[in-house]
Amino acid sequence: MTEIFGVPVQALFGQLLVGLINGSFYAVLSLGLAIIFGLLNIINFAHGALYMMGAFLAWIGLTYFGINYWLALVLAPLVVGIFGMLLERLMLKRLYHLDHLYGLLLTFGLALIIEGLFRYFYGISGQPYTVPEALGGAWNLGFIFLPKYRGWVIASSLVVCLVTWFVIERTKLGAYLRAGTENPKLLQAFGVNVPLLITLTYGYGVALAAFAGVLAAPIFSVNPVMGSNLIIVVFAVVVIGGMGSILGSIVTGLGLGLVEGITRVYYPEASAVVVFVIMAIVLLVRPAGLFGREK
Amino acid sequence: MKLNPNHRAVLIGAALTLALAACGKKDEAPKTAEPAATPSSTATTPPPGAPSTAAAPSAGSGKISDGAVKIGVLTDLSGLYSDLAGSGAVLATQMAIETFQEQAKPDFKIEMVSSDHQNKGDIAANKARQWFDTEAVDVITELVTTSTALAVMKVAKEKNKITLVSGAASTAITNEECTDTNVHWTYDTYSLANGTGKAVVKQGGDTWYFLTADYKFGQSLEADTTAVVKANGGKVLGSVRHPFPGTDFSSFLLQAQASGAKVIGLANAGTDTTNSIKQAAEFGITPKQTLAGLLMFISDVHALGLKATQGMYLTTGYYWDRDDDTRAWSKRFFDKHKRMPTMVQAGQYSAVMHYLNAVKAAGTDDTAAVMKTMKATPISDFFAKNGKVREDGRMVHDMYLVQVKKPDESKAAWDYYHIRQTIPGEQAFQPLAQSKCPLVKK
Repeated sequence: MTEIFGVPVQALFGQLLVGLINGSFYAVLSLGLAIIFGLLNIINFAHGALYMMGAFLAWIGLTYFGINYWLALVLAPLVVGIFGMLLERLMLKRLYHLDHLYGLLLTFGLALIIEGLFRYFYGISGQPYTVPEALGGAWNLGFIFLPKYRGWVIASSLVVCLVTWFVIERTKLGAYLRAGTENPKLLQAFGVNVPLLITLTYGYGVALAAFAGVLAAPIFSVNPVMGSNLIIVVFAVVVIGGMGSILGSIVTGLGLGLVEGITRVYYPEASAVVVFVIMAIVLLVRPAGLFGREK
Repeated sequence: MKLNPNHRAVLIGAALTLALAACGKKDEAPKTAEPAATPSSTATTPPPGAPSTAAAPSAGSGKISDGAVKIGVLTDLSGLYSDLAGSGAVLATQMAIETFQEQAKPDFKIEMVSSDHQNKGDIAANKARQWFDTEAVDVITELVTTSTALAVMKVAKEKNKITLVSGAASTAITNEECTDTNVHWTYDTYSLANGTGKAVVKQGGDTWYFLTADYKFGQSLEADTTAVVKANGGKVLGSVRHPFPGTDFSSFLLQAQASGAKVIGLANAGTDTTNSIKQAAEFGITPKQTLAGLLMFISDVHALGLKATQGMYLTTGYYWDRDDDTRAWSKRFFDKHKRMPTMVQAGQYSAVMHYLNAVKAAGTDDTAAVMKTMKATPISDFFAKNGKVREDGRMVHDMYLVQVKKPDESKAAWDYYHIRQTIPGEQAFQPLAQSKCPLVKK
């Protein structure tokens, strides 16, 4: 068998595929963060907690109301989205004229409260959530035994990312949104309801987090700290991609998943750090991020 | 500026947010704590203003100091280990006190205090000092996570007070760091690695690959188990060290799969273990290869469900469905806690009960007298048959090798284990001959 640096090519492909799966989560999460940062200038630290909320809503729905996975995939983001819009209207809105730091502190506090509440009610060890029947089992691709569910994760997150990108870059609504990012006052003067646009954007951003949460529920343990374990990496992804860049966050998310996958084969001990090493290098060379524009 | 109702609501909300965030903040750290961390070096430094004189108890005969026996439960009430110890351990202590009062009708008062040590050695040590110095606490119990246990053991030794450790795992507690005022009750890493490792090799699982959390606890668990596997004629094909804490283990699991080992040993704990198991099932690694959980509790099995854990071997100090005594006690516990007890919680009850009995028998809560009585009295209760406290502080008792049931074998909630083997205490725990504890005379 052919080998690359002592690792069989087939095994390497397997690892790359696994990396791509993680990359999908990074992409969906960082996309939400990027959209929110782009329009609201808020560094949404509550993103991880809302991702966890999505996963928990799926579990609660299944356990107490018999709501199946597919319905949860729609309902959980909807509920979290509405919750997010309430947060935006009641709290975040008051902070727009202040420094970034205030938004960061508020959302960080919110994240702790949400996590604390879930921990109080559901304990720390997590809840079981099984893979939906239709996606049980696996495909044998020869080089890897790919669980169907993981395939679904890649496909569905790619679709969601691309649709989001299309809406923002190629539609009228997206044009308003981009205009709002550039100059909200001018946009308001043209008669566009900017506050509503902002609320909806925040709602959509956190709904994406909840969507990722539901996707994650059958793979990762559904527990109150699942978000905080992931969110730090996702922030690094956003910084590398360029704060606020839509395409940047998608491409960087997937790309870093792959890089992490390769690291896990050659030097597993470094796999948790590699993203941050890349972040440091990117910040040195291109402070605005790979896809960001200098302001 | 005049405050309209709207603004006021926001202000109140913000105040609440800050207040709650302050409470929540302490929960952050436990994620990085682990059952066998090294003690922080600051742990033994007394806080400024703390009385520096050791509270020397009046060696009274037939005397209870301060008129009451006061038990302090110091545990993780909010973090990673709050399900396996936590409020359940506090409840177990309460139950032990109530039962003792009903049955033994002691002529002394018993009080209990509890606190969250947040899995941090320095917080635990400070709390212990406060309890000993100003609140007349006689004994501190539970102490999940090795770092907190070691820190509090040192303070207790200095103040000549007793510690009863239930939740902490490291063998250091009864080896290099042993004290003559401590008892380690429920289990330790040696007994888990030894029980599971030996049994799995004997069942034919003679080639191993380790999935190891990349820090001291994981590495020592791997080393302990490797020794056991080799001693029993097995082979270790390799290991992969994953960052701690992790979320996605599929990549490491694929490497374990490629090794072709019959058994994948999980030298990690908590959500790292549960995530590894969940993902192993997903990638079709189990049931072709067997997983061996080296530090698992019934709360982990409950969190994962039987579908993902079926067939796994693990070693435990307690299982609720072992005999009539365990069932009766566990049912009492379940009625109050709505969850079956983990071995840490059951062991907590047993330890507190043994302590209270010793105080009654000795007629005093004087440390030396109570320790002597505890070591002299064999333990026979629902938790431990043929139990004995050794000179190094290790409570030696039978351990149980269990296998997780298949979903269709489980008849009710919490019906999770087949008991495959009872490991007699002398074989389960590290022999005194290998002890590094200075108290052990050789």
